[in-house]
Amino acid sequence: MTQQNNGLAVSASGLRKSFGTKTVLDGIGLAIAEGTIFALLGPNGAGKTTTVQILSTLLPADAGEARVAGHDVRAEPDLVRAAIGVTGQFSAVDNLLTGRENLLLMADLAHLDRREGRRRAADLLETFELTDAAGKPAMTFSGGMRRRLDLAMTLMLQPRILFLDEPTAGLDPRSRRRMWRIVRDLVAAGTTVFLTTQYLEEADELADRIAVLDNGHLMAEGTADELKRLVPGGHVRLRFGGPDELAAAAGILAGAAPDAEALTLRVPGDASPKSVRAVLDQLEARSIEAATLTVHTPDLDDVFLALTGHSGPGNEGLSNEGGAR
Amino acid sequence: MSTSSYAIRDSATMLRRQLLHIVRYPGMTFGVLLIPVFMLLIFRYVFGATLGAGLGAGTGGYINFLTPGIIVLAVTSASVATAVSVNTDMTEGIINRFRTMPIARVSVLTGHVLGSVIQTMAAAVVITVLAVAFGFRPSAGLAGWLGAIGLVALLSFGCTWVSVALGLLAKNPESASNYPLPLALLPFLGSAFIPAAAMASGLRWFSEYQPFTPVIDTMRSLLLGTPGGEPLLACAWCVGLALAGYLSARALFNRAATTARSR
Repeated sequence: MTQQNNGLAVSASGLRKSFGTKTVLDGIGLAIAEGTIFALLGPNGAGKTTTVQILSTLLPADAGEARVAGHDVRAEPDLVRAAIGVTGQFSAVDNLLTGRENLLLMADLAHLDRREGRRRAADLLETFELTDAAGKPAMTFSGGMRRRLDLAMTLMLQPRILFLDEPTAGLDPRSRRRMWRIVRDLVAAGTTVFLTTQYLEEADELADRIAVLDNGHLMAEGTADELKRLVPGGHVRLRFGGPDELAAAAGILAGAAPDAEALTLRVPGDASPKSVRAVLDQLEARSIEAATLTVHTPDLDDVFLALTGHSGPGNEGLSNEGGAR
Repeated sequence: MSTSSYAIRDSATMLRRQLLHIVRYPGMTFGVLLIPVFMLLIFRYVFGATLGAGLGAGTGGYINFLTPGIIVLAVTSASVATAVSVNTDMTEGIINRFRTMPIARVSVLTGHVLGSVIQTMAAAVVITVLAVAFGFRPSAGLAGWLGAIGLVALLSFGCTWVSVALGLLAKNPESASNYPLPLALLPFLGSAFIPAAAMASGLRWFSEYQPFTPVIDTMRSLLLGTPGGEPLLACAWCVGLALAGYLSARALFNRAATTARSR
């Protein structure tokens, strides 16, 4: 066995992947320490799912190297598979089987003995609050229940490294918090978690280290605090009475990212009175009136804006507009 | 670790999963039975007297001639169900879950194949019992019955591998339900309802050189002791279908593995 991990659960360098003429990953390098939570943060289409698929042996990379749990994903896929668990953003439960049968299916495929499988299934049903629904077919489950069953199935395998591809996309806030608690408990028990998310809040909340992925490039990597230090200050948020004022203001303020729905404009800059006055003076000079003004200290949204030139992945719909300016 | 023993164990697990599917979704089995039972009724009670007289079916009437063909129809009818079920697996997220686990990959497909063969054999039993109720009187001894059961299982094995490949080829379950239709129509253009010898020359040629005519003729000779069985040719066709289906299914399954993308 070629185990050279140096305490790294995942390491990768120069990963590239194209689908036809579209380059999805353009040279990605990663180093994730064992027992930590790593978040890959980026908008839709950034390449997050492709990265997970390469690291979890679903897709071969066009170029580059990746080792997971000390094994090369291309040369020793079965040894990688024995160490990982993957829960994707698309439900991977068997709809015709009951909750418990889904878990026992995993137990059989993991070659557990029958009693151990039943015991572990009962534990997970309990932990994931699915005991009442255990005898019902999965197709009758709500979205949040399916997501929990999905993760419970993955955990039947007792993975050392867990890949979670947008685990909370589409979940209500309560289910999201419950998922976060589960993830924290897993890491406390020694699991390494590789998480992808579009939610800055989620990365900030959970991750030890965060990498920002945009258009197949890693824009930055570090702890949440390190990333926040990349932007000098916070930002000023202006709300306008109508779309015309918003557009006019977006046209004159450098680096501003508009949100057409909320009629707000986010202007990067520190929170000093001087820079706030500069923004107001520019508006005044064009007779543009803002309804409200708030000053924000830096958060990951600002990091994203500063790194990618467009607004955070949470408001994906507007990012192109912001980026083009 | 021994890969081959895992292949058997994982296939058995996947087979259990398929059997649970069959139990949970009886509509699928009902759909498999619908066409053969309908054809059995129509040809027994509507066209039976005329066709029987035309064929000079003195021994036992037309139902005896008809039943072996209807049993084969149940086999091809089940291929539609197989293709849909394979495709559903492929287009849902669960296949990616299996692919990230250290299991024998072929077990995903062998589970489907074994489950379908069992489902088909059950359907064939139902058809045979119904046919007996409608007047089918086979003259086979133990050897004849065992031969017929073996041939149906072999044919089902061949057709199922082909439909697994078709299920992998289709983009969605809707087209997966259409792809096996040519296969399901072949028995109609074979000797299921009239002997190939009684067909117009072009059709007769087609009928003689397709898999289902020798299979149906052999079934007849096994169950009724009539002449015209070609057991070797029938088995060769079944093995050929299985091999072609298996090889294309394997290639399609591996191709899907390198192009898998989330939707």
